[in-house]
Amino acid sequence: MASTKDPFEFQEFEEAGSLLEADRDAVTISIEDEKPRQAPGVSPDEEHLDSDDKTELLSGQKKSTPFWTFEYYQRFFDIETHHVKERVIGSMLPWPGKNFIHIYLRRNPDLYGPFWICTTLVFAIAISGNLSKFLTSLGKSGYKYTPEFPKVTIAATAIFSYAFLVPLALWGFLLWRNNKIMNLVSYSFMEVVCVYGYSLSIYIPAVVVWILPYEWLRWCSIVVALCLSGSVLVLTFWPAVKDDHPKVIIAIMAAILVLNSLLAVGCKAYFFSKPEPVGTVAPLNEGTKTMPATLKPV
Amino acid sequence: MAAADESSRPFAGLSDVSISGDIPVEGDISVPVGPSRRDDEFSTLDEPVKETILRDLRAVGNKFIHVLYPKRSSALLRDWDLWGPLLLCVTLALLLQGGAAKGDDQSGPQFAEVFVIIWFGSIIITLNSKLLGGTISFFQSLCVLGYCIMPLTVAMATCRIVLLVPNSLVSFVVRLVVVTASFGWSTFASTAFLADSQPPNRKALVVYPVFLFYFVIAWMILTFTPTQ
Repeated sequence: MASTKDPFEFQEFEEAGSLLEADRDAVTISIEDEKPRQAPGVSPDEEHLDSDDKTELLSGQKKSTPFWTFEYYQRFFDIETHHVKERVIGSMLPWPGKNFIHIYLRRNPDLYGPFWICTTLVFAIAISGNLSKFLTSLGKSGYKYTPEFPKVTIAATAIFSYAFLVPLALWGFLLWRNNKIMNLVSYSFMEVVCVYGYSLSIYIPAVVVWILPYEWLRWCSIVVALCLSGSVLVLTFWPAVKDDHPKVIIAIMAAILVLNSLLAVGCKAYFFSKPEPVGTVAPLNEGTKTMPATLKPV
Repeated sequence: MAAADESSRPFAGLSDVSISGDIPVEGDISVPVGPSRRDDEFSTLDEPVKETILRDLRAVGNKFIHVLYPKRSSALLRDWDLWGPLLLCVTLALLLQGGAAKGDDQSGPQFAEVFVIIWFGSIIITLNSKLLGGTISFFQSLCVLGYCIMPLTVAMATCRIVLLVPNSLVSFVVRLVVVTASFGWSTFASTAFLADSQPPNRKALVVYPVFLFYFVIAWMILTFTPTQ
């Protein structure tokens, strides 16, 4: 059914994507630099091309398809393999002065990455938590292996609510602050969701490391993952709040970091609890204590 | 009189028309196809029920063969059906029943959970590939994903037989090998059918969810432990 002459719209999108790509090589740092660059000293041909590109992109953005149509959601999946790769790697390697939204998203936030990263993380946590429990209780008498399937549901609830409700709250807060104090930088909701989704990608390798039943190794990987994803979030949202009162800056950065570490430590405590000598009931009790803490801010 | 006669036999005038050899004749003549197809449809009314069911079953079986030997043919895509996926899904969910301790928080997946994972999983994967700009239709993709569970269902049946043998380590190794092989097979087969419908720079984005989907099903099968 792969007919090559299918008049599908992605042809146009693909072109826009490749133009964006060409742009990316030219522009060095941020979106704001792009506007003045185009005014002086561009050859007429190039200017024509650029303005074409501009109008095409603008029309692509302005074309407001209602949210119940399929095309509306297709915008969020207008992405290619190498973009996803770059974004995942970019979210794992924060660099001072590098803003994830400006460098990688470039006004084209996608839902593909956040959704599939969250789904992968859900199953990674459930499966490796199960494996680690199996490894720690291996050889003990009276232990019977169980797949613990319901944990998938709990992991899904925790992670998806973190990845979508926290961005919603943060976006609302930024919008409110933006009305009070004029900020140069404002992010759309999809951009915030996208940053949060990609910032979770570092936890996937971390969770796989947690299979090994060494507590120090687990805490090391938690600290590393927390530092990386936390600094990506802080670096990204810094420009949006930096003109605000110092108290607000501290509060919002602290909230971002605390929520992030709550998710990591909560998952560690619930899914990878130390085997208690009493039996298999103990981790469950511990879990009921820690889970509300994970879900409370959400 | 003549007009009435003409209207009763619309093509009567054509019998006098003779086409000489030098006039080029172009286009498709589709007139004889219509009636004969209608005849075919009529004939299914007369045939015994057994034949009708057998024909459908044969179509399903034919698609099973396509999955077992995934060459890039479009037969699985052209006439999709959801009977095969339903059959496979129900079989898999029934075979996964009776695992682990009952009524406990620690139990394995229940029938409904397996059913929901398979159907919602394939619906989400299909939506994902449509949103990425795939040219395959919704039900074609569902059909392919459903049929490609077959190696995993076979692996599940094998696992249940292997689990009858008490030796745990050997049986685990055998199950691991069988499930891994069938997982690879499922992913390979579905990729062979689905990947062609995507633009080349997005193939990996479509294949990854399919991989994850079959991986989760394979995990459920591998961790299945029956109650003693």
